[in-house]
Amino acid sequence: MAGVTDAELKTMSQEDRAKALGMMTEQLTGRSMFIEFDEDAEARFTYPWAPEVDFNKRTEIDADALETTEVNQAIRDLMAEGYGTIVVKNPRGKHSIGVGILSRLNLIIEGSTGYFGVGLIDGPNVRINGRVGWSCGENMMSGTVVIEKNAGSTFGAAIRGGDLVCKGSVGSRTGIDMKGGTIIVGGDTGALSGFMMQRGRMVVCGNAGKNLGDSMYDGTIYVGGEIRSLGVDAVEADLTELDQAWLTRKLRQYGLLPEQGVGHFTKIVAGKQLWNYDNLEPNEKKLIL
Amino acid sequence: MCGIAGLIHRGRTSNVGGEMTSMLQSLKHRGPDSTGFAVYGAGSPGDYVMRVKVAEQEDMSRGRGIHQVIEERISALDGVLAEHKAAVKDSGRVTPYALRYVLSHGGDTEEMARHIEEIEGVEILSLGNGLELIKDLGDAGEVAGQYGLDAFAGTHAIGHTRMATESDVDIRSAHPYWAFPYNDVSVVHNGQITNYWIMRREMERKGHRFMSSCDSELLAVYVAHHMAKGDTLETTMRRSIEEIDGVFTYLVATKDQLGMAKDTMAAKPLVLYESDDLIAMASEEVAIRAILPQEIDTTDPYDEEVRVWQA
Repeated sequence: MAGVTDAELKTMSQEDRAKALGMMTEQLTGRSMFIEFDEDAEARFTYPWAPEVDFNKRTEIDADALETTEVNQAIRDLMAEGYGTIVVKNPRGKHSIGVGILSRLNLIIEGSTGYFGVGLIDGPNVRINGRVGWSCGENMMSGTVVIEKNAGSTFGAAIRGGDLVCKGSVGSRTGIDMKGGTIIVGGDTGALSGFMMQRGRMVVCGNAGKNLGDSMYDGTIYVGGEIRSLGVDAVEADLTELDQAWLTRKLRQYGLLPEQGVGHFTKIVAGKQLWNYDNLEPNEKKLIL
Repeated sequence: MCGIAGLIHRGRTSNVGGEMTSMLQSLKHRGPDSTGFAVYGAGSPGDYVMRVKVAEQEDMSRGRGIHQVIEERISALDGVLAEHKAAVKDSGRVTPYALRYVLSHGGDTEEMARHIEEIEGVEILSLGNGLELIKDLGDAGEVAGQYGLDAFAGTHAIGHTRMATESDVDIRSAHPYWAFPYNDVSVVHNGQITNYWIMRREMERKGHRFMSSCDSELLAVYVAHHMAKGDTLETTMRRSIEEIDGVFTYLVATKDQLGMAKDTMAAKPLVLYESDDLIAMASEEVAIRAILPQEIDTTDPYDEEVRVWQA
C-alpha cells in the first residue's frame, strides 16, 4: 500500500483498490506449524507406556452384565496382560464402548454399540459386526474402524486421522468438523455431512443428503450417488486420475469398490469464497466498498 | 435431552405396558424428572376410558387440606359426568390424585371434556376408546409399578422420559400429551420448538386450549387441529415439518397407527427397527435392545422424514 495516496485510492476501481491495499496478495498468517515427516521418529507415534501386546493372544469379554466403564477397564487390563486381540460380546447398544484406546490392539465387537463408540482412539484396529450409534469414532487419531452395518449421526465427528469405515448407511452430519483421516460410507449419508470440514477425505458410495460440505474449509468429499444439495461454499471439482487411483485403492481395501469403478464419483471441495478466507476486518472492507 | 420410544405390533397384541416400561427404563439417563406412557388396548366398543388427574403429586405434601380439596374436585367431576348423562361403568383411584373411569357416553364428548376441565385443578390426561395415558414423576419402573402397567396388553404404545428444561417438573408438563379433544391421539417429543409462542397464539385463536407452558404440548394441539379438519396423520406430520420451527423428533399414536417425524436438521436422535410384525423406535438403540436382545438391523431416519405404521 506504500506509495498509494487516499486521493489515488478514490479514483481506482474496486478491484484495483483491493490490489493496491494488498488484499489480493497478502498471505494468511498464523497457520499450523510445518513439521518435516521423519520416518525414524517412532517415538512420536507410540506412547512410552503403551502395553506390548501379542495379536495372536486372544480373549473375550462378555459385556452383557457389565457397565460401560467395566467393559473399558477390562479391555485395558487385558491389554496390560499382553492380549492383542480382544472380542467384546453382547454389547447390546451400550454407549462409549472401546473409547480412549491409545495403542495397538485388534478389537472385535460382536454386536451393536450406542453413542460415542470407539471415540478418542489412537492406534487400534476395530471391527464392529453390528450397528453403531451417534458419534462413533469421534476424535479418533489413528487406526482403523470398520462397521459392518449402519451408523448413527455425527459419524466420525472431529476425526483427525485413521480410516473410519461404515459398510451400511450413516445418519446426518457425518464428518462434521473433521480435521483429517478418511471416512468411508458404503451406503448413504444424511444432511450436513462434511459440515465445517477442515482436512481429510470423505467417501460416500451412495447418496448424500442436503447441504453437503456446508462451510467446509478444506478437505475433499467424494460421492458415488446423488447429492441432494451442496452447502454454502462447497463446489464441484474435477475428479483427477490421482483421485481415482486413491479411491480405487481405498475402496478395494475395504471391499467397497463398485463394479463400475469410481469414474462416476463426484468430487466436492471448498470454494474458499467465504468471509473467513480474506484477511479483512469488517471496518477494513468498508474502506473499499 | 429427553428420551422417547414407540412400538407397534402388527396384527397382534402383546404386553406393550411391560415392553414400554423396559424401553423407558433404559432411557432413564436421558430424563429422570418424569415418565409417561400412552398405551393402546383393545377397549370395548362404545365405551370410553378416561384418565384424569385432580392434583399434582407435589400438592400432596401441602397439608391435610389437599385431601378435602381432592374430594371436592372428584365430587364436582362426578357431577359433570352425571350432567352429561355419562354412565360410569367402572372407576378407580390409582393414586390419591389420579383416577381412571370407564364411561358410556352418547353425547358430545368434547363438550363434556371442556366442562370437566372447567373444574379447577382437574385435567383430563386422556379420553378415548383404546388409549390410556399415564404420566407421573419418577422413573419408568416406579411409574409403571404405581399404575400397574407391567402387564398391559395392547397393540402399540409410545413413551417419554423427561428432563425438564423449559417448564416445571410436574405431571402437567410431563409427556405424552393427549391431543385434546381428539380421541385416542397422543404425542411424545424430544427437542425444542422455537416458534412455540407464535404457533400457540395461532392455535389459541382457533379455539384450542393449552394446559401447560411446555412446547411439546403444541404438537399435540397442532395434530389435533389438523386431524379434526380431516387430514390424515401422515399429511399432518408432513405439514408440521414445514410449519413448526426448531429441532425435534416426535411420535404420534392414534387408535391404530404410530407415526414419527424429524425436523429439517435431523438434530434429535431416533433409532428405528422394522420387521414384519414389530416396529420399535427410540432415542437410543439401548432401548430397543431392552426388548429385542437378539442381533437386529436398525437405522437412523433422515431429516424431514415422516413415517406412519398401521397396527
